[in-house]
Amino acid sequence: MKHNDRWINLLMGIAPIPLTLVFTSLILLAMGASPWEAYRNIFNGAFSSPEKVADVFAACVPLVLCSAGLAITFAAGQWNVGVEGQIILGAIFATWAARTLAWPQVPLLAAMLLAGLLGGALWGSFAGLLKVFGKVHEIFGGLGLNYLAQALAIWLIFNPWKPAGGATMSGTDLFPEAARMPHLGHLRVAPLAVVLALIAVALVTFLLRGTRWGLELKALGKGFVSAFTLGVPATPRLLTAFAACGGMAGIAGTILCSARYIRMIPAISGGQGYLALLVALISGSSNPQWIPFIAFFFAAAGVGSPQLEYNMHLDSSLGGVLEASVVLSVMFVSGWRVLLARKRSQAAALVSAEQEVTA
Amino acid sequence: MKVELIDIHKHFGSVRANDGVSMTIESGSIHGLLGENGAGKTTLMKCLTGYQTIDSGTIKVNGQPVAFASPAEAIRHGIGMLHQEPLDFPQMRVLDNFLLGFDTRLIPDRRAGQNRLQELGTRFRFELDPDAEVTSLTIGERQQLEILRLLALGAQVIILDEPTTGISAPQKAKLFATLRQLADDERRSVVFVSHKLEEVEQLCDRVTVLRHGRVTGEAEMPCPVSTLVELMFGRSLPPLECPTVEHGPPVLQVEGATIPSYRLTVADTRLEVRSGEVVGIAGLEGSGQRLFLRACAGLERITAGRIAIDGKALSHAPYRKFLDAGIAYLPANRMDEGLVTGLTLTEHFALANRTGPFFIDWQAARKEAAERIQHYNVIGRPESPVEALSGGNQQRVLLALLRQKLRLLLMEHPTRGLDVESSNWVWQQLLARREDGTAIVFISADLDELLEYADRIVVFYGGRMLAPVAACDTTVEGLGYMIAGKEPGAGAQQGGAHDEA
Amino acid sequence: MNVEFLIQTLASIVSSSAPVVLASIGETISEKSGVINLSLDGSIALSAMTGFAVAYTTDSATLGVLAAMAVGALIALLIAFASITLRLEQVAVGFVLTMLGLELADFLGNPFVRQPGPSIPHWPIPLLSDIPFIGPVLFNHNILIYISLLSIVATWWWMYKTQPGIKLQGVGERPESAFARGVNVNRMRYVYTTLGGALVGLAGATYSLSIKLGWSHRHTAGIGWIALAIVIFGGWNPLRVAAGSYFFGLLKALGSILQRNPAFASVPTQIFSSAPFALMIFTLLLLSSKGVDRLLDMLPPRLARRIDRAIRGRAPGGLGRPFEQG
Repeated sequence: MKHNDRWINLLMGIAPIPLTLVFTSLILLAMGASPWEAYRNIFNGAFSSPEKVADVFAACVPLVLCSAGLAITFAAGQWNVGVEGQIILGAIFATWAARTLAWPQVPLLAAMLLAGLLGGALWGSFAGLLKVFGKVHEIFGGLGLNYLAQALAIWLIFNPWKPAGGATMSGTDLFPEAARMPHLGHLRVAPLAVVLALIAVALVTFLLRGTRWGLELKALGKGFVSAFTLGVPATPRLLTAFAACGGMAGIAGTILCSARYIRMIPAISGGQGYLALLVALISGSSNPQWIPFIAFFFAAAGVGSPQLEYNMHLDSSLGGVLEASVVLSVMFVSGWRVLLARKRSQAAALVSAEQEVTA
Repeated sequence: MKVELIDIHKHFGSVRANDGVSMTIESGSIHGLLGENGAGKTTLMKCLTGYQTIDSGTIKVNGQPVAFASPAEAIRHGIGMLHQEPLDFPQMRVLDNFLLGFDTRLIPDRRAGQNRLQELGTRFRFELDPDAEVTSLTIGERQQLEILRLLALGAQVIILDEPTTGISAPQKAKLFATLRQLADDERRSVVFVSHKLEEVEQLCDRVTVLRHGRVTGEAEMPCPVSTLVELMFGRSLPPLECPTVEHGPPVLQVEGATIPSYRLTVADTRLEVRSGEVVGIAGLEGSGQRLFLRACAGLERITAGRIAIDGKALSHAPYRKFLDAGIAYLPANRMDEGLVTGLTLTEHFALANRTGPFFIDWQAARKEAAERIQHYNVIGRPESPVEALSGGNQQRVLLALLRQKLRLLLMEHPTRGLDVESSNWVWQQLLARREDGTAIVFISADLDELLEYADRIVVFYGGRMLAPVAACDTTVEGLGYMIAGKEPGAGAQQGGAHDEA
Repeated sequence: MNVEFLIQTLASIVSSSAPVVLASIGETISEKSGVINLSLDGSIALSAMTGFAVAYTTDSATLGVLAAMAVGALIALLIAFASITLRLEQVAVGFVLTMLGLELADFLGNPFVRQPGPSIPHWPIPLLSDIPFIGPVLFNHNILIYISLLSIVATWWWMYKTQPGIKLQGVGERPESAFARGVNVNRMRYVYTTLGGALVGLAGATYSLSIKLGWSHRHTAGIGWIALAIVIFGGWNPLRVAAGSYFFGLLKALGSILQRNPAFASVPTQIFSSAPFALMIFTLLLLSSKGVDRLLDMLPPRLARRIDRAIRGRAPGGLGRPFEQG
């Protein structure tokens, strides 16, 4: 019986992967493409050369940072959909620092990271303030703030930060040399960014598990009124959760403009915030240590899928389809397990009752 | 219509809610189902009305065996149940509530429905505005609506589960008259589920007593109260000793506080509670007592007047300051307002330790949790999630979470839903705290509990706070009249059943 | 401003708001039964793409519309299964399906990007369209626009005037009570969630076959979220939900009028296109904020209650909560 259960658990644990593959293969077949070819292309697009692997790591970093932040707000039971805007504000603040401070590289990068952190935290606290004092559901508050951040970025790029050649959607002038995060040789990955992302995960894991702050957030997330009655100061805790998540998203924004695009562009966040929500949905707030691995898979799918456009004339959004359907499969499989467990316990109760009656 | 329940068994996990229960309900009579909380009364009635399936046993209606898969099927066979919290639709109108499940055509005939509602209402002298929203009705009026609805559906057997909780004295009188009318004039059967002896004594023709899921006896009324008490509890209850404590300096001072709220504004409340004193609060649900209690805890803002703890004015201070001043607030709804679903006991104890260090030492926390669990006799382990505990154990956990030294303890319904043993245990704990000088203010709907434990009792009526009365100067009837908005003394009589119990 | 211009503007608001109206009415239906379908943005994108792709391939706009409705209904069915049978968190499932819908629309719609294709033919209603002012504003469109108008009245009538409608309200309001009256709560929820999803699918078809013809990347951007916000804004009442949708249409129309004004030439167009979204959401914020509570507290309670009921609706009591029978 025990032995059997372990096998079932293992089977259920990996079930989302074949489920996802079956789903995406069906879609590929419907498009008249070979699934095997498509997966091979994505894999090659992500891992066939050191440059590509470096790109995967680079794509992974902002995702990890945002997901780590989201683990905090998820712990507090909040849907921080405003991560997109928080990335943008981080990038805006960092760009401001890069453009105004004529400092040497090390202090300038430090100032940019700090500015990005502040910008993201500020935008995150706005979502928190709307929620706490405005009684506005954070999904809609966050979306509104995303639109606002997007508008602000466009206005800045088209007005005060207009490049000499005239404003376009391709963004500001490139950053000065000192404001660029150093890459690893010719590879487009900044080691500093990778280190920052890993520190963020470790920090979040520790904060959520080992501190009062984390316990209080968890309590608020699971039972807001009860936690408040027990003396948890709800308002400051929720605001700090939003600010902390925003701060991490802000650092992600800084890394995006300083290490990847080397300038500020209107679409600087590029959906990373929404993608990070998917990552954090799999890891949940109780297992933030898994974030880097999930994010790595997501990043690989994202970096590898443009290969489909060159080689197979398929749209690169297959990467997104893969990511979203993995999350969906994970949720359905876990829901299914709970359902089975419930059915089984009901059946067991019934059987034991009958046995007692007949005995 | 005659209903027979034969050898009914119903288990929840290892709990035997009904363990071989048999009873017969004759038509044209009011049958009392008596038992303390948790005796299995509600479960038995839910099994009869199709809310729950029985594990084994037989239900016969007019001699024919039946099995109802749903409450709708039960009502089609003429058996309907009025729940303690009426199963209606708060945000919908009275007429829509009445029509739902009654008129089954695509376009309901509202006029016919309204006429039927009014005709039934006149028959039983209930006045319900068909266009009013159910949220604006009192519990008593919501019960009336449900009774009319069940009658319209042709209910021959009407089961009422603790119907007198939260309704006013005039409404109760009206309800009892209606039930007599149903039984005597219309030859229907009424099952009256209650744990209140005096009500059963006053109303019922016959009574079945349940204890721990078994029938302990049946009796024709009238019957000596002492017999019923023994059937209910297995022994006569010794009255609890009331320790006489010298009350200390004032702990809570409320001076002319006005608590505004959207529905009801409680104006000009005044109360002084001294160290070691117990003050009970009575009133119909929604009369303002909860607002007042929450204002004393710093959870509602006040617009006029002053609230002070130990002489320190805290009128507009946040809840945190009240906690710092040594108050604790235990809400009625344990799982929604007191304990956090999904957190373990250890996590609860760590959480409640407000001044604990930022970095949590989980090993030490587990050890402390284990000690408190043992000290408070909680059936559960440090790593058990709190929702896995029974109601009584959850209340124990709430008490275990309180700080060692408290100045003021504010509670809503401290023993609601607990059996007698647990209730007694809870009060032992509370009275022990009072010996340490803690002042206690509690809301209760159980008048006996108020009279037994409070030194003084405050009644709220329609948002007004009446002057406190000494518990020894009043009776259940006297309180009942005040709760219903009548002056005490005007027709207050000695409560016979209460005194004998 | 002349009358001709006013008529034109109003007529364009009526037609361009049709997808938002259909989507928010669809969502109102499913939320009224107690199920939140958060996937609107993805559902609309995928159904818009499917509608156009099927219409393009079969050269039949009708088949396109039906396919779009089927897609919307299918996604809603998934939501219903996840939330009713599996009891997963509705918001989480809806969010993931939003993302999946958007990505799938892009992937599957790739071959159809910027292709010219069929559209729903313009069809002024005889006689009615000749009524001065009202005629050209309301009755000079195509069948999908008329359906959007009809959906408002029909949903309102169904919910408040018919027996199944009262049951629908009851199921969302308090499933326990509905069950006690013989209503099969979960079956009703399945049915209405799926039906609401079909309307959301129709919203998608209206987009790609009537308002913004064809298919392109992020073709329907953002209107699903707006529709979700409008349901709250409209207090789960079809008439007020529709009013909210037209208010959003008005904001968009104002945006494009201002944009053509030379005084705003320096403002990037992206700002004009995203401003109505931001404005709409902030209007919602304003109405639900505590500030309004404070203002209401100053008024006499009776009046305050009436105003509160007029500007803010109460969510169905059982919204987002799974129901276990027995």
